Amino acid sequence: MEIPYTVTARPDTGLWNAKVGIWLFLASEVMLFGGLFSAYIFLRLDAEPGYWPHGLLNVPVGTGNTAILIASSVTVVLAWAALKMRQFTRYKIYMGITILCGVAFLVVKLAYEWPQKFEHFGAYIKPSALEKYEPYLGNKHLLSEGLPPRVEITGHLHNHEALHDASIKDYEVGLDPIYTDPTNPKMDRPHFLYVPPTEKIAHIDKADVDRATMFLPTHNTYFATYFTITGLHGLHVLGGVIVFTYLWLPFGSRLYRQNPEHLANRVEVAGLFWHFVDLVWIFVFPLFYLL
Amino acid sequence: MDASSSVSHAAHDHHDTAHEHHELGFFRKYVFSTDHKVIGLQYLITGLIFLFLGFCLMMLMRWQLAYPGKELPVIGNLIGRMLGPGSMNNGVMTPEFYNSLGAMHGTIMIFLGIVPVAFAAFGNFVVPLQIGAPDMTFPKVNMASYQAFFVGGMIMLISFFVPGGAAKGGWTSYTPLADIADKGPGYDVIFNGQTLWLIGFILLITSSLLGAINFIATIIQLRAKGMTWMRLPFFVWAQFVTAFLLLLAFPPLESAIVMQLMDRVAGTSFFLPTGLVVNGTAVSISGGGSPLLWQHLFWFLGHPEVYVLILPGMGIVAEVIANNTRKPLWGYKSLVLAALVLGFLSFIVWAHHMWLTGMGTAVSAFFQTTTMIISIPSVIILSAFFISLWGGSIRFTVPMLFATAFLPMFGIGGLTGIPLAFNSADLYLHDTYYVIAHFHYIVAPGTIFAVFAGIYYWFPKATGRKMNDFWGKVHFWPSLICMNAIFLPMFLQGMLGMHRRWYDGGEGWTLASEKVWGLSGFHWNLPISIAAWTMGVAQIPFIINFFWSIRHGQKVGINPWEATTLEWTAPSPPPHGNFLTPPVAYRGPYEYSLPGRAKDFTMQTEPVEPNERAPHEPAMSLSH
Repeated sequence: MEIPYTVTARPDTGLWNAKVGIWLFLASEVMLFGGLFSAYIFLRLDAEPGYWPHGLLNVPVGTGNTAILIASSVTVVLAWAALKMRQFTRYKIYMGITILCGVAFLVVKLAYEWPQKFEHFGAYIKPSALEKYEPYLGNKHLLSEGLPPRVEITGHLHNHEALHDASIKDYEVGLDPIYTDPTNPKMDRPHFLYVPPTEKIAHIDKADVDRATMFLPTHNTYFATYFTITGLHGLHVLGGVIVFTYLWLPFGSRLYRQNPEHLANRVEVAGLFWHFVDLVWIFVFPLFYLL
Repeated sequence: MDASSSVSHAAHDHHDTAHEHHELGFFRKYVFSTDHKVIGLQYLITGLIFLFLGFCLMMLMRWQLAYPGKELPVIGNLIGRMLGPGSMNNGVMTPEFYNSLGAMHGTIMIFLGIVPVAFAAFGNFVVPLQIGAPDMTFPKVNMASYQAFFVGGMIMLISFFVPGGAAKGGWTSYTPLADIADKGPGYDVIFNGQTLWLIGFILLITSSLLGAINFIATIIQLRAKGMTWMRLPFFVWAQFVTAFLLLLAFPPLESAIVMQLMDRVAGTSFFLPTGLVVNGTAVSISGGGSPLLWQHLFWFLGHPEVYVLILPGMGIVAEVIANNTRKPLWGYKSLVLAALVLGFLSFIVWAHHMWLTGMGTAVSAFFQTTTMIISIPSVIILSAFFISLWGGSIRFTVPMLFATAFLPMFGIGGLTGIPLAFNSADLYLHDTYYVIAHFHYIVAPGTIFAVFAGIYYWFPKATGRKMNDFWGKVHFWPSLICMNAIFLPMFLQGMLGMHRRWYDGGEGWTLASEKVWGLSGFHWNLPISIAAWTMGVAQIPFIINFFWSIRHGQKVGINPWEATTLEWTAPSPPPHGNFLTPPVAYRGPYEYSLPGRAKDFTMQTEPVEPNERAPHEPAMSLSH
């Protein structure tokens, strides 16, 4: 006896095997990312006022990446439809575009967004020293507005060696715009367009600092969650790209000649996974970039 | 028509053709096999070895509890030489090693022993046969599942040999302890006990994820013609629900494990609170994390996991009881419904493991209520089994002995859990030996007995031979007595306040407790340990019987137990592809003692005769 329903649907369930499999897999993926998102909620609700940062990510780039992913979700459906109509060349083109979109997303993420964070610097000011840095923080103004206080000064670190060298007593920071004019709401985050750190320098005494690092996963729980979730999401994008490439290369042509419906099924299953990866990003984007 | 004889004829023909067609090499046939039966047996053998290993760890701990701080003769020095003086210093167990043994006993028994044997091994071997399928839906995924399990298990074992030894944070790996354990000078960043535990765990989760998808897809897609949902044997239903629990409960733990791995390797603070001080110095971390988050994510798996451990056992017991009472399983529909409700409810009771964390009365009230409710389906299942015994002419075969013993043992385990469900009673009993006794009654004489029942029951299907009856009984009776001798006194110890993680077995505490109660549970330690070691000896007949019977057991036909379900229509052992002709199911799974028939069992493949009443589901009346 051979295993039935690998390509054609079982009459009473209306499904072929792999389709059942992928939906079950996606259910478990929902729970996996659900666990991470619930950690995000848990940690964010637990954070002390002012300790959950806002607007540190580059919104236009994130928006662009969102558009790229959504476009790729459309092209993968077009690729599948082309296969269903037995138009192999069109399938090749659309699948090629999908793969390119996936790669573009990863390149933007790994070659631009993450490194930009690694070069950004933040220093958490000790509660006792907040008064001293009032000109940068503008907490009196925030208090009168009923807003949570600022406890961190961020920007471009001019003396990198200060991170390791104990003999250097202060950090030389090219301030992010908001700290140059802290009471002006127009300067506040989030900005839609990315605003680079200014040339205005602040000297922050190490003795006044609780903790100062570049924007790494160790910097705070916000970045810990950000890097973990986008990292895991990136791995999923990579997985999708690998599977698509496999179906796009000569293997796809061979399977197409043997059993075009089988290839269409595989593309459908891989496409379902791709839509899920897309959907996760639709949650990641507002949670980290906008809220 | 006599189904059994016609099938065995065809079996011979098929064997001949099979030899001509594909002669697989040793590696393809036994190591990298995609055949569900071989994978099932791989899981069984590996899982049983891990079960024994986990039991050995416990036997070592029992020495330390019976004779705190005394040198363990011969073996102690041997282990000391193998694992370094950090384990058994001159034959005396160090506290760190005791903690490693405790953590790894739990991990190995649950994730490398019971789940692979009760779920993966029996599920793989039996489910496709019972539903009349040629194999699992995704054979290659099935192979990957076993391989991920195997590698994960090896990583867990390797962790005993790295500097500092295996994980010590308990099988629950509570943070922040587990975040900061096995770190610092003398420890490798990756090759330390706790980090390897996490990495091994990711592989184990991957394995059960792949397995769960395969099981569910197989049961949905590959049921034979006529095998409707309500004609599935209860074992298949139990595995179906179990697979859903694994599918949906494990991933949140995987996310928690990824976060703990980040905490340990990348220096994040998911589970580390602000202002954490270790050994008198503030730790250089960002803080802002929550230790409670780990507990929530862990127990979100942890509680469904309990039902992952028990449901396959219940499924096996159902098959064995129906077969040996020679009457339909009582309340088949209620059983199926109860299993489904059990599966659903098991997702909303997890916080009853966390009463001591002070979640607040509203949350506690919710979880107490759901925990009370979940006892209802469990009681339905157990009651249905008990009533099934009523009025049957019971054949006390070896599998039936184990299945019968399962019932009261599981009953004790379940009923003693009720005080733990109430947060006021749990405040006192939490983390005592009472808890240990409670869940071991469910898993050890519960699930493990069911596993033994299953091994004795399906052994003829896998090998074509029966295991020896006499040695089976020699295995059963001492095991039953020892199980109770081990775990009953633990209830007393726990109620007297003995803590589960005391490395000296409560030697220091015993004076105080004698003052307070005039009693101490301490003197029970030695008898319990003796019972545990005796139980180790009692497994020897089983091990010998198991391997001896593969080649020398009594040869039997394809349906030696005169059972009704589909697996008994396939040749023993079933060839690749299982059935010679696609089987068709015409009736329910437990048609025993149908009135007006020559035989007292009617197989699912036997068509309904014209003068017979309509094909019926198993009767639900007592008067059968």
